[in-house]
Amino acid sequence: MFEDRYSLAFKLYPYERSVDQDADSPVRHPVVIMGGGPIGVATALDLGLQGIPVVVLDDHEGIGMGSRAICFAKRCLEVADRYGCGEPMLDKGVVWNVGKVFHKEGQVYEFNLLPEEGHKYPAFINLQQPYFEKFIVDRVREAQAKGAPIELRGKNRVDSITEFDDYVELEITTPDGGYKIQADWLIGADGASSPLRGMMGLDFEGRVFQDSFLIADIKMKGELEFPTERWFWFEPSHGSGASTLLHKQPDDTWRIDFQIGWDVDRKEEMKEENIRRRLDAFLGDVEYEMVWSSIYTFQCKRMDQFRHGRVMFAGDAAHQVSPFGARGANSGMQDVDNLGWKLGMVIRGDAPETLLDTYSEERVHGADENILNSTRATDFITPKSKASHIFRNAVLSLAGDHEFARPLVNSGRLSVPCTYDGLSLNGPDELVGGPNRTRVGSSCPDAPLGDGYLLSSLGNGFQILTIDTDAPDEVTEDRVTAKRVAVSAKDDPSGALSERYLGKASSAVYLIRPDQHVAARWDHFDEDAIRAAIRTACGKGA
Amino acid sequence: MSTVTTTPNITDPDGFYAKLIDMHDGLSDDDSAALNARLILVLANHIGDRSVLDEAMEIAQKTG
Repeated sequence: MFEDRYSLAFKLYPYERSVDQDADSPVRHPVVIMGGGPIGVATALDLGLQGIPVVVLDDHEGIGMGSRAICFAKRCLEVADRYGCGEPMLDKGVVWNVGKVFHKEGQVYEFNLLPEEGHKYPAFINLQQPYFEKFIVDRVREAQAKGAPIELRGKNRVDSITEFDDYVELEITTPDGGYKIQADWLIGADGASSPLRGMMGLDFEGRVFQDSFLIADIKMKGELEFPTERWFWFEPSHGSGASTLLHKQPDDTWRIDFQIGWDVDRKEEMKEENIRRRLDAFLGDVEYEMVWSSIYTFQCKRMDQFRHGRVMFAGDAAHQVSPFGARGANSGMQDVDNLGWKLGMVIRGDAPETLLDTYSEERVHGADENILNSTRATDFITPKSKASHIFRNAVLSLAGDHEFARPLVNSGRLSVPCTYDGLSLNGPDELVGGPNRTRVGSSCPDAPLGDGYLLSSLGNGFQILTIDTDAPDEVTEDRVTAKRVAVSAKDDPSGALSERYLGKASSAVYLIRPDQHVAARWDHFDEDAIRAAIRTACGKGA
Repeated sequence: MSTVTTTPNITDPDGFYAKLIDMHDGLSDDDSAALNARLILVLANHIGDRSVLDEAMEIAQKTG
């Protein structure tokens, strides 16, 4: 009855019988999450840290094998940092800045990302997904020990749901048999093939790309020092695929992705001798040990809406992108960042239920941006027409000697935080001369502050960030309190804080949301304006 | 005498490239080539300066 669909990297939530299984009638929970992957568990952590009881149901007992999403971007790490699990990720992860682009037989050019200074987290790290997930679960365990009401139930498979006006009933199968529970709110974080989406008969529209990718994780043997760089190879002459990507991971492991075409015999390609044939052609005379391999295909799709009554979808269940640009797990974490505080406020009665519609509004906007970017990268890597192929190769042939062609080379635009331009929770942007990057709707960029960083003092609740101007310690508007965080441009001698938050202005007041996004900004404190912006940002109208 | 710009100069390069490729959707090879020819002529007229055009043609010839 309970066949595992995949083997586990870490068994972290073994099946235990719950008291709910012996209850006379289905027990009601404020929030139930389907799916114990990174998005489901991070959502549970966000809510649990707010003191909201949450139950996660997963049909396995831990984290699946395989490196999978290996590239975690700054914003994703900042969200993890807000939850208290960013630092172990950074400690374990590999930071790289040099990338090389190859075409056919040789290197076209090399680039250095020259990361901007003054951020706690780098632009991205490479880290095998199981580690990323494990650090989140470790943080859940730590939070549970301090009383956070989070439950992770392994080998609890949801077989069907029934929707009612103000709750959802779930029918669950366990190794001990079935039981039912009810949820005021249900979150579908059950992955790209989301069983929940299927149970509710909801659409998932978009484009299927006719290509397959073979991933191989290997460990080099002997003394060979391979550089910590990203290599992207278009049409490699060694014939190991239509494109090849090489990435360094922790534990002296390398990840190689071969684009191998659509009409392939998956079983044949997965044979070790055939994977080794491709690897040998790519790597040349190198000894290595194979750690893990898999074949994947991908789609660029999203649901029409991420909220359906009492059910919200997040992560791959709500949207899927191509792997180019690392926008899968990274955008899923931005969903969590967005949903957590909104659902928390609705459950506490601090905001109307309609605030949850803005979760869909804002994250659909994010998903569209990610799908656009990853589709463009896919079209460059896998030209869809002869004309497209000719242009692609023309770009690559010019890019070696002529710098202008390099911005056109697209092997994936790495995930940057989504800005919610023009959406309904945004308040006024009245900071004359204020920087574009901190305009209303943006996520706050980090900056040095004294011995630490600005973002460490932002988030979790509403805040009034004042820079070189006065404001009261807090303002409470209709149950929602915004606390002041007072800083001065002088707190950062490097000038980054001033450059990122003041621009040409000499003072600023920012209203910051619990997810560290800018809700409104001005050059001075105005109580009526702040109150109106708090209302707007909580979905209560101005 | 002006020289051709070979440092990045296109705003929104990804958007430009996507539109350039999308223009060719559904065209035959000959129609694609003709479209490119027309586009080159429009751009060349915009540039106007013969020395710049000559240099651009040399770069294109020497590459590939």
